Amino acid sequence: MSPSKPLLDVTGLQKSFGENTVLSSIDLRVNPGQVTALIGPSGSGKTTVLRCLNGLEQPDAGTVAFDGGPQVNFDSRTSRQQRESLRTRSAMVFQGYNLFPHMTVLQNVIEGPVQVQRRPKAEVIAEAEQLLARVGLAEKRDQYPHELSGGQQQRVGIVRALALRPSLLLFDEPTSALDPELVADVLTVIKELAEEGWTMVLVTHELTFAREVADQVVFMDGGVVVEQGPASEVLRAPREERTRRFVHRLLNPF
Amino acid sequence: MTIDWELAASSFWPMLEGAIKGTIPLTLASFSIGLAIALVVALMRISRNRVLAGVARAYVSVIRGTPLLVQLFVIFFGLPSIGVNIDPWPSAIIAFSLNVGGYAAEVIRAAILSVPKGQWEAGYTIGMSQTQTLRRIILPQAARVSVPPLSNTFISLVKDTSLASLILVTEMFRVAQQIAASSFEFMALYLQAAAMYWVICLLLSMVQVRLERRLDRYVAK
Repeated sequence: MSPSKPLLDVTGLQKSFGENTVLSSIDLRVNPGQVTALIGPSGSGKTTVLRCLNGLEQPDAGTVAFDGGPQVNFDSRTSRQQRESLRTRSAMVFQGYNLFPHMTVLQNVIEGPVQVQRRPKAEVIAEAEQLLARVGLAEKRDQYPHELSGGQQQRVGIVRALALRPSLLLFDEPTSALDPELVADVLTVIKELAEEGWTMVLVTHELTFAREVADQVVFMDGGVVVEQGPASEVLRAPREERTRRFVHRLLNPF
Repeated sequence: MTIDWELAASSFWPMLEGAIKGTIPLTLASFSIGLAIALVVALMRISRNRVLAGVARAYVSVIRGTPLLVQLFVIFFGLPSIGVNIDPWPSAIIAFSLNVGGYAAEVIRAAILSVPKGQWEAGYTIGMSQTQTLRRIILPQAARVSVPPLSNTFISLVKDTSLASLILVTEMFRVAQQIAASSFEFMALYLQAAAMYWVICLLLSMVQVRLERRLDRYVAK
């Protein structure tokens, strides 16, 4: 464990949809520069954790704190402002990309920085062009999302998140909607970002990728964290029987 | 049957004047105000506030469930009996605007709901408020979906403005009626009116096609 202050500290996060308890009590610490992979069977609550961090869902209880920001306590009634202050610390990359279809690639990327963060447009465009070039999409800047392949759209989705300059990147199964031959392009970009020192939390079913890139792996099942620890331990030598079965099934599907 | 072609020719200009000074401004004013009403009503219906949603639903139900002519007569002939006197022109604009508001509200509501939920979330994740997301992300996409049905509403309105002749608004059809009444050439004048409405609507359909094409540029074919 790094002795530095965690970038993100989540305690006792709870969320139910009606009768259905999705998160029982989730604790999560993410250190700066660390890559955390959330793994687990579908319905285990991984995506809900991300959505709570990004303010897309309102947790029923628990606390979320970013380094340098206030601890937002969801046990009491949180104000909208507090929730929105959380959202500005992270940016989400969606499974289904969710690019804005009526905007070009460049417009998609600069929309947040220009319209929300009110940064100077020329500066934002220059930065956006650099980011697009980095993911190999410089020449696509004036095209519309429907003119791109899924892998290209997802790379735009990543650039749109980066352009917001968040402290934390959230990836919600970023390659699950992609054709198999396009997965590698997107994973390569994510890996490069990890090597550059971006802090990220990643919901993924790509265990081989998680093993290679993640510092910390969190295995969730039924709304609780079953096991968490360094990737090498959780994925190679899981302590818990449930983790062992899940990892085995994913790595040996037949 | 004979048609007095000379009369038809000589009445073309007065009727065109009726279209330019009556039909067209009446349509444009009512449609603009009606769209503004429709957007508000659509947002009320979508909102989680039950009172607002209920009021909006009742409004749409009344407008769609009663004849436009009756709405027009209630405003122009009915309201004076409770002391509210409104001139023909404003009466017509009020009636047509309220009518467009009711029909277009349903179109706009459906168009907003047709935009995937992920688009709202993408707006939120780049830091936008609900209003910002609605304005910059959702409405532009809803607008594209709304163009064909709203064009129908608009074209219906062009023709419906002829009802204003019944509350003495001098639009194209009232001009035709006046000439017909003095010359007894009903067939000539009414056919001519029909032809002129048809041409206007034809032109509007062409505008609709161009508008759709422009808005289609970002949609996969």
